[in-house]
Amino acid sequence: MTETHDIGTTPAGTVWEGAVGRTWDVVIRPASPWWRLDLKEIWRYRDLLSMLIYRDLTALYKQTILGPVWVLVQPLLTSIMFAVIFGLMARMSLAGYPPLLFYMAAVVPWSFFSVVVTKTAATLTTNAPLMTKVYFPRLIPPLSTLGSSAFTFLVQLALFFVFALFYRVSGSYAWAPGWELLLLPVLVLLEMALALGAGLLVAALTTKYRDLAFVIGFAVQLLMYMSPVIFPLAKVQEGSKLRMVVEANPLTPVIEGFRGSLLGSEMHWSTLWYPAIVSAVLIVLGLALFKRVERSFADVV
Amino acid sequence: MSAPNDIVMRAEGVGKRYRLGVTDRRQFIDEFKAFTYKLRGKADPTRSLDAMGSQRIGEDFWALRDVSFEVRHGEVLGIIGRNGAGKSTLLKLLSRITQPTEGVISMRGKVSSLLEVGTGFHPELSGRDNIYLNGAILGMRKTEVDAKLNDIISFSGIEHHIDTPVKRYSSGMRVRLGFAVAAHLEPEVLIVDEVLSVGDADFQRKSMGKMKDSANSGRTVLFVSHNMTAMRSLCSRVIWLENGRVRMQGPTEEVVAAYLGNNSSSATEKTWGEEDAPGSEVGRLRHVRVAPASGGELFLWEDAIDVEITFEKLVDEPVYLVIWVYNSDNMEIVNTNIRESLSEADTLISGTHVAVCQFPSHLFNSGDLILSIGMAHNGRMSFKLDNVVSFTVVEPPRTGTWHGRRQGMLQLQLPWKVR
Repeated sequence: MTETHDIGTTPAGTVWEGAVGRTWDVVIRPASPWWRLDLKEIWRYRDLLSMLIYRDLTALYKQTILGPVWVLVQPLLTSIMFAVIFGLMARMSLAGYPPLLFYMAAVVPWSFFSVVVTKTAATLTTNAPLMTKVYFPRLIPPLSTLGSSAFTFLVQLALFFVFALFYRVSGSYAWAPGWELLLLPVLVLLEMALALGAGLLVAALTTKYRDLAFVIGFAVQLLMYMSPVIFPLAKVQEGSKLRMVVEANPLTPVIEGFRGSLLGSEMHWSTLWYPAIVSAVLIVLGLALFKRVERSFADVV
Repeated sequence: MSAPNDIVMRAEGVGKRYRLGVTDRRQFIDEFKAFTYKLRGKADPTRSLDAMGSQRIGEDFWALRDVSFEVRHGEVLGIIGRNGAGKSTLLKLLSRITQPTEGVISMRGKVSSLLEVGTGFHPELSGRDNIYLNGAILGMRKTEVDAKLNDIISFSGIEHHIDTPVKRYSSGMRVRLGFAVAAHLEPEVLIVDEVLSVGDADFQRKSMGKMKDSANSGRTVLFVSHNMTAMRSLCSRVIWLENGRVRMQGPTEEVVAAYLGNNSSSATEKTWGEEDAPGSEVGRLRHVRVAPASGGELFLWEDAIDVEITFEKLVDEPVYLVIWVYNSDNMEIVNTNIRESLSEADTLISGTHVAVCQFPSHLFNSGDLILSIGMAHNGRMSFKLDNVVSFTVVEPPRTGTWHGRRQGMLQLQLPWKVR
């Protein structure tokens, strides 16, 4: 223990230097307005954020035989499953793309979305033991979920590129993405905003209606079937009711965007305004409600 | 807002309200029912009714009300009160776990609160990883943990297993590791709950020692406990909470004395009239009083205890007063009778007499004591009246690091010699 850290070594009678001319550091009042995000406070707790991300990444696959390899196996298995069921058995036409690449290009971003939404929605319940004992900005756990999932997503994305290059080198498919690949960060940000906003909204509402904790699993699954994860959007007849349902899903342009950007297919990036607006609304609404319940949350659990 | 520079914490009119019957989670169908019944002008069928049949809508419960205090730099402030007095609520407000309903709390410097040790330990991670995780949760920077890592590990005493997942630890090891991290927090204000004083004697000694170090090194400490010995040993000032309000605050000795005097279930005095005086055909009790021999308020361990009995002797034969002392577990500690030191008890004539029996100082262990009083006549017990008076023995502050209650019914001060 170093002397400089120890404020206690101040000799009695001298003015405590730390306090001279300082106003209050923390003022606790009955209500802080919902729009006060306290980003400074989150920044102060950045070490906790990184520790939680580290915890999420390392603890998840402990005591499994494959360990971190599961990060790669999961989307791969899902993609193979979809490729076999829809590509081979149902003979769905995939516009000439190899089924594996076609599905990976959507499954990887989709699982990113679904993990973030489900985990964020449950954040208040899973972290209740912590939140009733210690103070920290309540947005830290959702942000750590976002961080660890983003890391997993990047690793899975890398796997996609490995496969795509393999197809190209082996000559079985000439993978050649265009300039659309540069739109990838925009798509990722859009998806993160959608997932975080929806997750926070559900998390806040779950404190009042626990049923939502059960509904969310089905809702996410339904959203997947309502989006072009398992079929190309072009396959859905224009003007049909099904098409309207699929286009009502704000994730549709995002998933189509990912596929277009990763596979180099035609991309209607102008349709992205729709998810952009929805994500903005969700983020504002989600944050506002989340801030509202976080104040009283410790009293209710 | 400014204040004198050495005030590190200030609470002004702080209150916390809980709404009974509103925070409970209702099913959606209930909300719907409540809504339709309201439309029809009927009583809400989903609300619980109280004994009177009226609805408990929005019944308020103030866990804390009008609480104001200031804490100066370097002060060790104790918070006492019965269960449900609002101590935990106040801790939760000061630790920012929940927000007050009214009032303002202002703080200076880094405030850390320890409501439990090992918060957020992840069972799959190693002890080392958990030091970082727990440290971060308690608000430590990573560089800070880096610098103190070796100290923390050696303080915990589990060097050999520091890279083992925490789930393989015994509960004792977990507590030690958690406390090791907590002990190396260096906040300007430390808020500690008495939960820290659970655990084995060794751990208590260690945690109390650390608290004492913090207090002695000039750190500001807020300490909540039921342990009056610890309070009197550590704190310079005490706040006494009762029913969510500050009942009293001031120097430790004063507040603790008032608290113990008010709080103990002790009935130190009992008087009976002509009609209801208990006894038998040989004698009756009229008045019993137990008091510290020094005339003080508290039954201090280092003080003798007088038991004063006013009794009527109804016969001219010898009758002997007997006193039994029981502890709160109803174990008999000792009994004594008047003949042990008073030969004239044999020759007392009938009539009213006052007998005083003095129990020496440095005798009973701290805790509640209950006296039974009776009379013996002709070699047999004529009557025995239980639970006549009771009182609480209080230990003096200790200088060591261990403030828990010692075992045993007695606590003597024996001469030790070393050869």
